[in-house]
Amino acid sequence: MSLDALIFVISAVVAVFSATMMIAQRNPVASVLYLIVSLIAQAVLYVQLGALFLGSILIIVYAGAILVLFLFVIMLLNLRGKEDLGEKSPLVNQATKFIVSILFVVELVFAVRSGFVAEGIAADAADFAGFGSVENVATLLFTRYLYPFELTSILLLAAIVGAVVMARRENRDEQQYVSVEQTPPETFKEGQG
Amino acid sequence: MVPVSAYLVVAMVLFGIGTLGVLISRNMIVMFMCVELMLNAANLALIAFSRSLGVMDGHAFVFLVLTVAAAEAAVGLAIVLAIYRNRETINIDRFNILKW
Repeated sequence: MSLDALIFVISAVVAVFSATMMIAQRNPVASVLYLIVSLIAQAVLYVQLGALFLGSILIIVYAGAILVLFLFVIMLLNLRGKEDLGEKSPLVNQATKFIVSILFVVELVFAVRSGFVAEGIAADAADFAGFGSVENVATLLFTRYLYPFELTSILLLAAIVGAVVMARRENRDEQQYVSVEQTPPETFKEGQG
Repeated sequence: MVPVSAYLVVAMVLFGIGTLGVLISRNMIVMFMCVELMLNAANLALIAFSRSLGVMDGHAFVFLVLTVAAAEAAVGLAIVLAIYRNRETINIDRFNILKW
């Protein structure tokens, strides 16, 4: 087994295993940490496929920013394990989950068999110098895909406004800032409990 | 040499795990994380095809998908916060007020 294949197998196994552990965990903080491990393994796969820039973007943006946002929200919600997540689902939901899991395993078996039996093209058949570099990605983004790229700025603006509107506390009275200032002892007690 | 179909299999398995997580998870935050995982699986497939075909358009797509994922996470977590403020839980089984 060549070094290339060895790196692929290790990172693929780590990515799939941590993704499985992510959905198997009951504690959401552990889920986030497993997702970070899975993303780092996927970043290794990106780099192996020549996408150096996107691999580093994946680690910086995803593991560094988005998942920290997830962690922040989990901490903010202050979940008390059993009360929030511990109860059993209705029987119909459990049966559905069981059937879906069985179908999933069958699908996986078919996917892995059909994928690895086929002879397949080598992944880096069409390599050229500078593939996946910042310069080439930026050239594409600012020439051929300039219009979608500019549209994402509108999307981000909409997301910012939407997030602020959704997360804002709906206090209809005019005294909201005064009332917030007057309540710190209670919120402090809640945070302790 | 690693064939491109091997990367596609990994992407498909990750996408399947994400789908399974969305379907069986009861925690709304974990559901959002599974959606992120599915987006990343699609990204992996895009990059693998981009590499095997020798064109870099897939990288531009992945860049746009990352942006969409970030926007989705921001809005989704804001919705989670709003629901938690009203219902005091993020258990997905409790959000059944649209069911009759």
